[in-house]
Amino acid sequence: MAGLGAKPSRYSTNETPNAKSDITSYCNFYEFGTGKDDPAKYAAALTIDPWSIQIGGMVDKPGTYDLDDLTKGVSLEERIYRFRCVEAWSMVVPWVGFELKTLLDRVGVQPSAKYVAFETLERPSEMRGQRSPVLDWPYREGLRLDEAMHPLTIMATGLYDEPMPKQNGAPIRLVVPWKYGFKSIKSIVKITLTDREPQTSWNMANGREYGFYSNVNPEVDHPRWSQATERVLGAGLFAKRVPTRMFNGYGDEVAGLYEGMDLRKNY
Amino acid sequence: MIDRLNQFLRRAPAWPLYVLAPLPIAWLYYQGLTGALGVDPVKKIEHQLGLWALWLLIAGLAVTPLMRFAGLKLLKFRRAIGVISFGYVLAHLLTWLVLDVQFLNVWKDIVKRPYITIGMLAFTLMIPLAATSNNWSLRKLGALTWRRLHKLTYAVCVLGALHFVMLVKGFQIEPILYMLVILGLLALRVVPKRRRPASTPNMAAG
Repeated sequence: MAGLGAKPSRYSTNETPNAKSDITSYCNFYEFGTGKDDPAKYAAALTIDPWSIQIGGMVDKPGTYDLDDLTKGVSLEERIYRFRCVEAWSMVVPWVGFELKTLLDRVGVQPSAKYVAFETLERPSEMRGQRSPVLDWPYREGLRLDEAMHPLTIMATGLYDEPMPKQNGAPIRLVVPWKYGFKSIKSIVKITLTDREPQTSWNMANGREYGFYSNVNPEVDHPRWSQATERVLGAGLFAKRVPTRMFNGYGDEVAGLYEGMDLRKNY
Repeated sequence: MIDRLNQFLRRAPAWPLYVLAPLPIAWLYYQGLTGALGVDPVKKIEHQLGLWALWLLIAGLAVTPLMRFAGLKLLKFRRAIGVISFGYVLAHLLTWLVLDVQFLNVWKDIVKRPYITIGMLAFTLMIPLAATSNNWSLRKLGALTWRRLHKLTYAVCVLGALHFVMLVKGFQIEPILYMLVILGLLALRVVPKRRRPASTPNMAAG
C-alpha cells in the first residue's frame, strides 16, 4: 500500500513506537466486542467507504460532509504520541492526521459554542458488539472547545503512514494524547458544537469512575485501581511498571488549560 | 448410559488429575514467554487463570446436584477438583501480585478496592479448606465438623463470581452468567427431597 506521505511534526515524541501488530491486535472498541482481540477479528465487516460526517450545532456551515471533502487539501502529519489507557496500560502510536482545529475552522465555530460533541457510527449489522447493551449506543464523547482547538488534538486518518485500520477507528477518529484513551472516539459520524457540556458514554455508564475531563492523572485513582503507574505494552512478560506522568507527559503544552481547576473534582 | 459412566468412574483413579492440573498453567506461561499471547501477556495469563479457577469451583459445586438429579457419581473426584481450584486461584493471585501490580500499593489495593477485597477474601476462605483437604484432617476434625467447615466453598464460589462481576467495564453478560450458574447450583441444594409415601394401603386393597 502506498504511504500517506505524512510530514513529521514537532509534537511527536522521540520514544519508540509500538510495533504495528501491537497497535492493531490490542484494541478497546466495544462496538466489535469487549475482548481486546475482538476488534481485530470483527471490524472487517465495517463499510468505511462512503463515509460522511454530520456537522451541526453552533457552526456557520452545518451539513453532512463527505469525508473526502473534509480532508481535501489538508496536509497530513505524523504524530507519534504516547497513548495511556484508563486501564493502566500504555503504548506509543505513530498516528497520521491533522489538527481538529483545521476542520472546525473550515465549518466556522460560532462564538456561543463552548463544547464539541462527537458520536461514533451506530450500525449493529456491521458492528456486532452493538447488539449487546454494554454501553448506551451510539458511543459519545466530548471536549471543551479550548481542548478541541489545542494543536495536540488531532483527527487521525491513519497510523504507520497507512490508512487507519478498521479496528483502530477507521476511517477517522479523534486523538487527544493527554487524556485517557476512551476520550479518543473512533469512527466518527457526527460532530456537534454546543454551549453545554455534552454527555459522554463512559460517564453515562459509570459517572463515579469516568469523568468528563478524564485527563491522565497519576494522583487521582480510578476507584477500582491505581493510576500512579502503568504497564508498558509490547515489552514482554516481565516488563516493569513505569510511573504515569501528569497529563501523560504533555503538561508543558496543556496544563494551562486547567489552571485554577480542582482536577480531583473535575476528574 | 449413566450406569455405564458410573462403572467407568468407579474404576478411574483421581490422582491423574493432580498430575494433569499444572499443565495448562505451564502451557499458558510458555505461550506468554514466546509471545503467543499477544502484546499484553500478563493480563491474559491473569484473566485466564482466574477464569479457569472459577470453572473449577463451579465444577466442584456441580458434583452434588449431578449425583442427586442425574445419578452421576463424581464424589471421589471432588477433593481433587477443590484442591486444583485452590491451586489456580493461587496462581492467579501470584500472577497479579508479582507480574501485574509488582507489589506496588498491594495493601492499599486490597483494602480500598472492593473487587480486590472480595477476591482476597475468597482466597483467604479457601486456605483452611485446602489445609484440611487430607484424610488426616478429616479424621482429626470428625466428619461432621469437616463437612460443616467445607460449606465455606459456597461463600468462596459466590465471592469469586462477584469478584468477576465487579471488575468488568460496562454491562457484560459473561460474569453474570457464572454468578447465575453458581446461585442455581446452590439453590438446587435446598430443593426438598421428595418424600416417599409412608404407606400405600389402597394399593394393597386393590
